Amino acid sequence: MWTLIDNYPLLAALFALLALGVTFGGLLGFASVKFRSEGNPLAEQINEILPQTQCGQCGYPGCRPYAEAIADGDAINKCPPGGEETIQALANLLDVEPEPLDAEHGTEKAPMVAYIREDECIGCTKCIQACPVDAILGAAKQMHTVIVSECTGCELCIEPCPVDCIDMVLRKSGIEHWQWPLPDANRLSIDVIATDREQAA
Amino acid sequence: MNRIHNIHGGIHPPERKALSLPGQLRTAGIPRQLVLPLAQHIGKPAEAIVQVGDRVLGGQRLAEADGLVSVPIHAPTSGTVSAVELRSVPHPSGLENQCVVIDCDGLDEWLPLTPLVDWQTQPPEALVAHVRAAGVAGMGGAGFPTAVKLLASDKHSINTLIINGTECEPYITADDTLMQVSADAIIEGAEILAYIVGAQHILIGVEDNKPDAIAAMREAASQCQRDIEVASFPTKYPSGGEKQLVEILTGQQVPSGMIPAELGLLCQNPGTAVAVRDAIIHGRPLTQRIITITGEALSTPGNFEVLIGTPITHLLSLAGFQPEHNRRLIHGGPMMGFALDSADIPIVKTSNCILVPTEQELPTPPPPQACIRCGLCAEACPASLLPQQLYWFARAKDQEALEAHNLFDCIECGACAWVCPSNIPLVQYYRAGKASIVDTRQEKVRSDRLRERFEARQERIARETAEREAKRAARKAAAEQKAASGNSEDPVQAAIARAKARKQSTEQAD
Repeated sequence: MWTLIDNYPLLAALFALLALGVTFGGLLGFASVKFRSEGNPLAEQINEILPQTQCGQCGYPGCRPYAEAIADGDAINKCPPGGEETIQALANLLDVEPEPLDAEHGTEKAPMVAYIREDECIGCTKCIQACPVDAILGAAKQMHTVIVSECTGCELCIEPCPVDCIDMVLRKSGIEHWQWPLPDANRLSIDVIATDREQAA
Repeated sequence: MNRIHNIHGGIHPPERKALSLPGQLRTAGIPRQLVLPLAQHIGKPAEAIVQVGDRVLGGQRLAEADGLVSVPIHAPTSGTVSAVELRSVPHPSGLENQCVVIDCDGLDEWLPLTPLVDWQTQPPEALVAHVRAAGVAGMGGAGFPTAVKLLASDKHSINTLIINGTECEPYITADDTLMQVSADAIIEGAEILAYIVGAQHILIGVEDNKPDAIAAMREAASQCQRDIEVASFPTKYPSGGEKQLVEILTGQQVPSGMIPAELGLLCQNPGTAVAVRDAIIHGRPLTQRIITITGEALSTPGNFEVLIGTPITHLLSLAGFQPEHNRRLIHGGPMMGFALDSADIPIVKTSNCILVPTEQELPTPPPPQACIRCGLCAEACPASLLPQQLYWFARAKDQEALEAHNLFDCIECGACAWVCPSNIPLVQYYRAGKASIVDTRQEKVRSDRLRERFEARQERIARETAEREAKRAARKAAAEQKAASGNSEDPVQAAIARAKARKQSTEQAD
């Protein structure tokens, strides 16, 4: 064996590399079949970040389709309900530059829920069919009502309503939802020390 | 005698405690009207069970606890319910909340009280139920339902009960006064609490700037058969923080994310101990407390025994309010309190002080300047955090970094902001950071649920469409099969033939 390698070093090296290549290639091939992951794991991660409003403002029918589109290279700034925070989280995940929200798809606003003015409801069930998360309760010719805890505030029920009896109201209002605000850093130019400010003036 | 330990950081702000004459207790009497907010504690607000126009007696339940982490609210005196509506409450937001309003009749008629006789022979659960029914919530400031805190002894075995008589905030002398005038009641309350949780030792911690309170507590403790130790330790703010006091008295640090009960320790405020004792021995619900009304804009500041729900205006008039000298009204102490928009706000179970300073006494903070990275805040932090780092992360809204730097160990004592030479409102940054992290967590739970609902609906729609398709295909197949098998006749021809036959038969009948 040693003599063979000694006599034909070039061939021996080639053979050794070939043997290694075949072995690891085989292992990788086996692993790719055996440990195959179902679906698109990146789309899954993106979907985790999206707010699950299912409003379709991004142009896709729900959050998962948009997540799949982002995984395939679509822009990350088409989600108004998620707003700046979601864009930031997506930018971190995908390691891209965060962009400002695309105004074409809407603007960021406080979370809302739908409210049905019940004495005006005619019981047509159109809003029930439109609701992407089954958060409206009712039956034909019976009054409908919104399950507030499950409503995403997507506004998809407003347009189908023939009598316009659905309002959007703030989801978080009142004392129990109040939060300490972040002090306004821009109100006073606190990042300029006093002497510099005098020089600048 | 235990050795006293030191904590990291801390500050020595001017105390100004003598201003409110600790040890002298005045009564505020019964005001014309009481306003009782339904949310005076941590947890779910209570649910009102009285209607406008109802006559209520002292000690009568006005609102029921809603769930486990909640406490009921009782009428502090007799009168008529004149409203159940939104009123201004002591809250940093200045927003309104649901309150029961009682027009007092001045008769002070009470329901018969139901004390728990022979509490030593009753099971601890019965005592906890009694404490819960009496509406007791922590009276040191946070207002956590006491019954829930006592239930912690079910999960962890408690060996030491600590009564927190530190009262480290400047100005406040409510606990100091309570320890001087009702030391026996505190000891009795501590014995009851120790019995409930099964603690062998009782430790009472008092800062050494309250010598009269220490003497009174030592005297009362010596009368008692149990071995009760009254420990005094050097004054430093914020020694009264629960975790800080545990370290001072026992030398043990409560690890991040854990509570003292996990080390076998339970802390209670002296006011809470008295409230528990009143609930068990007298059957009296929590309807009054001691509060310090102090500040240089008052001619006669002092400590008052007040009914819960008494408007602050009533107390200010008793303490000789001089509006021309005052610029703002603070609920709580100068370090951790918050400003109130108006004096037309009631006292609640957690109110320990109303501070009415002059502008010279507590000047309005000057505008914040840039952080000069001096590091004084890190030296002052009693929780050994890095306030400067937390400040940058809070400004950048970097929630991950905030959590990694243990933002939730911050007790919001304000020591960092007090030493900051640039007057940066550091605590407000931390409060905002905490609020946004809690909000993000809740939204995550919500969005997970919404995703499940959306996916369940998508699945259902797909299944229904598939079922409809399958039915249609089955019908089509059946029709084709019928057409194919035997009956080669064209259905249209057959129909024409049937019509002809019917016509013939009618003609024959004619």
